[in-house]
Amino acid sequence: MVTRIEIGTRPGQTDSRGLAAARRIREHLGIAIRGVRTRDVYHVEPALSEAQSRCVAEAFAGPVLQQGAIGRIDDGPFDVAVSVGYRPGVTDPIGKSARVAIEDLLGLAHDETRTVYTSRLYLLTGVDRKAGERIASELLANEIIERISVQSYEQWCASDPDLTVPHVIETAEPPVETIDLELDDAALGELSRDRLLALSLDEMRAVRDFFRRAGDDGRRRTEGLSGQPTDVELECLAQTWSEHCKHKIFNATIHYSESGGTTETIHSLFKTYIRGTTETLDRQMREQTGSSWLVSVFHDNAGVVAATDRHHLVFKVETHNSPSALDPYGGAITGIVGVNRDPFGTGLGSELLANVWGYCFAPPDIERELPPGLLHPRRIRDGVHHGVIDGGNQSGIPYGRGFEIFEPRYLGKPLVYCGTVARMPVTVTGRAGHEKHPRSGDRIVMVGGRIGKDGIHGATFSSAELTEESPIQAVQIGDPITQKMMFDFLIEARDLGLYSAITDNGAGGLSSSVGEMAEMPGGARLELSRAPLKYHGLAPWEIFLSEAQERMTVAVPPDKIDAFIELARRREVEATDLGQFTDDGQLHVTHGEKTVACLPLAFLHDGLPEMHVEAVWSAPRAQRFRRSEPPIDPLAGAELAARFLARHNLASSEVLHRHYDHEVKGLTVVKPWIGVHRDVPADASVFQIDHESWVGYALAEGIFPTYSDIDAHAMAQAAVDLAVRRLIGAGARADRIAALDNFCWPDPLPGPGKPDALHKAAQLVRACRGLSEACLAYGVPLISGKDSMKNDAVIAGERISIPPTLLVSAIGLVEDVRRAMTLETGSRDGLLVLLGETRDELGASEWAEHVAQQPSSVPRCEPLAWAERYRLVAAAIGDGLVRAAHAPGRGGLLPALFRVARAADAGLDVDLAKLPAEAETGWEARLFGESCGRLLLVIDRSQEATWRRRLAGQPVEVIGELNSSGRFVIRDGESALVRATLDALTAAWKRGCSKPATNDGARAEEKGERR
Amino acid sequence: MSATAQRRVRVLIPVGLGLNCEAETAHAFRRLGVEPELVHLTDLLTHRHPSRISDYQLLMLIGGFAYGDHVGGGFVLATRLRAHLAADLQAFLERGGLALGICNGFQTMVRLGLLPGPVDGPHDLVPRADLGPNDQLGYRDAWVRLQADSNSPCIWTRGIESIDLPARHGEGKFLVGPDAALDELEERGQLALRYVDDAGRPTEIWPHNPNGSPRGVAGVCDRSGRVFGLMPHPDAFLHPWQHPSWRQHPDPPSSRPLGLAIFEAGLRAAAELV
Repeated sequence: MVTRIEIGTRPGQTDSRGLAAARRIREHLGIAIRGVRTRDVYHVEPALSEAQSRCVAEAFAGPVLQQGAIGRIDDGPFDVAVSVGYRPGVTDPIGKSARVAIEDLLGLAHDETRTVYTSRLYLLTGVDRKAGERIASELLANEIIERISVQSYEQWCASDPDLTVPHVIETAEPPVETIDLELDDAALGELSRDRLLALSLDEMRAVRDFFRRAGDDGRRRTEGLSGQPTDVELECLAQTWSEHCKHKIFNATIHYSESGGTTETIHSLFKTYIRGTTETLDRQMREQTGSSWLVSVFHDNAGVVAATDRHHLVFKVETHNSPSALDPYGGAITGIVGVNRDPFGTGLGSELLANVWGYCFAPPDIERELPPGLLHPRRIRDGVHHGVIDGGNQSGIPYGRGFEIFEPRYLGKPLVYCGTVARMPVTVTGRAGHEKHPRSGDRIVMVGGRIGKDGIHGATFSSAELTEESPIQAVQIGDPITQKMMFDFLIEARDLGLYSAITDNGAGGLSSSVGEMAEMPGGARLELSRAPLKYHGLAPWEIFLSEAQERMTVAVPPDKIDAFIELARRREVEATDLGQFTDDGQLHVTHGEKTVACLPLAFLHDGLPEMHVEAVWSAPRAQRFRRSEPPIDPLAGAELAARFLARHNLASSEVLHRHYDHEVKGLTVVKPWIGVHRDVPADASVFQIDHESWVGYALAEGIFPTYSDIDAHAMAQAAVDLAVRRLIGAGARADRIAALDNFCWPDPLPGPGKPDALHKAAQLVRACRGLSEACLAYGVPLISGKDSMKNDAVIAGERISIPPTLLVSAIGLVEDVRRAMTLETGSRDGLLVLLGETRDELGASEWAEHVAQQPSSVPRCEPLAWAERYRLVAAAIGDGLVRAAHAPGRGGLLPALFRVARAADAGLDVDLAKLPAEAETGWEARLFGESCGRLLLVIDRSQEATWRRRLAGQPVEVIGELNSSGRFVIRDGESALVRATLDALTAAWKRGCSKPATNDGARAEEKGERR
Repeated sequence: MSATAQRRVRVLIPVGLGLNCEAETAHAFRRLGVEPELVHLTDLLTHRHPSRISDYQLLMLIGGFAYGDHVGGGFVLATRLRAHLAADLQAFLERGGLALGICNGFQTMVRLGLLPGPVDGPHDLVPRADLGPNDQLGYRDAWVRLQADSNSPCIWTRGIESIDLPARHGEGKFLVGPDAALDELEERGQLALRYVDDAGRPTEIWPHNPNGSPRGVAGVCDRSGRVFGLMPHPDAFLHPWQHPSWRQHPDPPSSRPLGLAIFEAGLRAAAELV
């Protein structure tokens, strides 16, 4: 039996959630709804007594705002009731907390079998049932993870309160199967597809051949295994060999050519351009200074660099694109709490300091028929923000950086980047904090949440295969509180020296975490039947591969195991001993009496056949920018500037970003939004590392996806350059900047419907080269990275591929955060100085998009020359010669000038003719061009002689001055181009993302169709 | 003498279960020369911790998301505290213990009935108010200007006229049933801290008031003034470089106090109990 309790707003009080829902229904769906009332519904099983239920309803409601009732609250008519609850098996964290409260409220003993199921009820007025159904499916619920029930008021009144709960129908545990691989090629390929193994024919053959050979091995026979793999073995291999885990494309041998040219062979992009770059810089640093600040790179969950005597810094950025496309909220929250586990599980465990995020979406106001199964970008955007906001805030981690990029091709796949910075103690209980040492004999302990069918095979399952009876498989939902409690416990255990190694359970679950950790001691024996499950009926391979969230795997020495388990119990965290590490070279998995997998680690990790990839570069057609006449009068110029600043990619999103906490932990010094009105984005955020020291770090990033339409080499270099320039401008040390590379690419492997795969592969090669050259020149090691190579969607026969996108996230050391630099001037005066040359480079710029042109002159970098420039500026900033610094980025000089003026609440007067620029550079390139290598500085007039001397030989000029007029004036020599008030520009810039100029959407649309 | 007594104050900071401001809150007390005791709630709730709450002079309920704020901010933790520690908590208050709740800690105090507390008689742990969702729905992190009621019995705001602090919450609208109740609280000086606009007047208007709290209520104390809760975070303003405008002024602004002043006022009063 089940008890149903409803909690709703008391008459006379405000139902904020209802008001917000009504507003979204009006704005997003254009339905003229009259009102929405909301309620929270709790189903408690087994049922409570009448008196108990009353007590719960009263306590949950509280004294003022809400009312509670058993069954239903009766507070008047409505037109349509929409109930939204989880599907069977989906994590219900609120239900878990509610159970704890009910038990304590009623003085009941803790009971595992008691369950609370939560759902939301929306009572709609002013709509009919049909509209209610649309509102439910398009706005209030996501049917991948949620159940919807819609009733008219008459139906509602005629029915009893709904007492159904989303039980998982528990089935018998499926047996372990042996898979016959003695098949022809076609059948092998079919098997890979049917089981969602995502293995190529070569790889399937390699697996078959391995088991053929191993069949004669006495060992398999003694274990009761044959010359065919079990499903556990095959799934484990497919997971371990997946693109996600093995980065096959980055490790492939690539045959690269430019149309008509000779072919070059590259043995692994990763080894050549990523690791190779870092190794070169590490070597140079050791030669020059005798030591290196790189502590641990490329072999742990995240990159580690030295910072202070007490702490190293750890940094990792990941993507969670496909899950966020299916379930934006769940996918994104899993993205952020998932990436938290990477730095946390680095070395012996690190303490999380700050999150970063960045999203690439199709414009939220796009008007285009969307096929079923694809969510509207506005909905994706809302859900993703909401997910990362909840994930970060509830974990108590501030965000340091956040950005959004809007481009129509991200309709195919939104990109959701999430990253985390952590600090690692230099020593932990007398051991080096960055080293793990699981030993043979150590116990394998899984800590955290329970295992369900969540995330098995990731997002490759289509939603159509999900039924009411089958637990959700495609999507995991992160539960930050369970994870926070686990982290708190693990830090305590770490400082007591209770474990010898730790790693996270992410993709591939136990198969991946145990499989990887077993490499060090040289083997592992795992007993799957001990694993704690959310519900019965999981096949052994599912237990082994489940990506259920909030789990870490640790190696606990046998003499510490009792203390470890006891501490976990005390902290209300689940920890289970699942076996032990060994040194026999085997990953040996049992389920009860039966061996279900016995795989040599050597084959598991090194048996993957090498991939070969063809890459052919076709250069874009050269096309010039068609200049237009400058604005006929400066008021028209003002109008033009306002429209430009209101573009999605330039407008202010401060109000939205403030939903993310940016200063919990009390270490944030330069916040993400700064200036007199605290509404101008900072070039970089600056944090202390701990409360005891003023040494800190700065975070910034660079990303220019559309540049890859012209040349991915330029895209990569521009991204590195902007990230570095921003950190320099923030006062970071020029010789202590490190970066992470996150590649998100459309599929570069040939196949049906992919005519330009060879070009996409070539773009990848060129991006890697550009990245490597820039990092070598700037002395920026790549300390960690990730790639996601299948960002395409086929929609109604049309293939939409994202633009090849590289995000460069940079972290730089700041010696004293109290001397950090920003674009804030502190007063309404000062010379505006532009350092760096402006060139005719409008290719793929925001301005070119704005005026619907496709010139091919993409901004090019000269990192070798600019490295010296950045060292000079860093020194000038360090010596106090610079009052404010800002790196122009997307949109060029105009938005950069606007941000400096707005931050100071100052007017300005600038002459474009004074820009250090190539002679033939037109007014548009000067005002909107995105030439790299430039810094806008504000300098006191009294310092002019000094900085001119310090920057001698650099292209640098005074281009104007700040003033207290409140007017924003841009001239080109004699003629005034823009004469605007700062207030008018600010209003347009703030309106931007909420109400975009309508013609921008249409232009963006054209661009989407262009390729 | 009083400085020595201040250093001997025993400060209890319960941690865990989703709370997350322990590092900065502990740092505030350390800056004032006191080493606080961070005790895991799982030990407090099960009486494994060797001391009782009433052995301390100062109880600090920190910010965070205890139990994810599920059901309502602070609700599950308040329910657990009442179920397992009611008598100990009442004994602590009976002895004149000082208690401060910040953000989630304030929500917990309200759900627990500590704030605004009974009009007379000892603390009965009966809730009389709610901290409802912000009018502009959702969490918001932005600095606000606050003004203290100079006629308040609140011990924690003594010596403070006006202060800048970050508000960082999604549920901070202070609601107490009929208007009369708010009048009474105001008369008794229990509405100790208000959000104010640029002119320094208490405001209900966003963004100066982030949640729409009536009369700009940001912090509330009990009848005695020894128990105080506030939504904004004094723990986030312990040095001048945490103020969002520090780069605007070459010399950090000194006209308004740091958040540290609130901890200091409480410690001073707690020292009298030592």
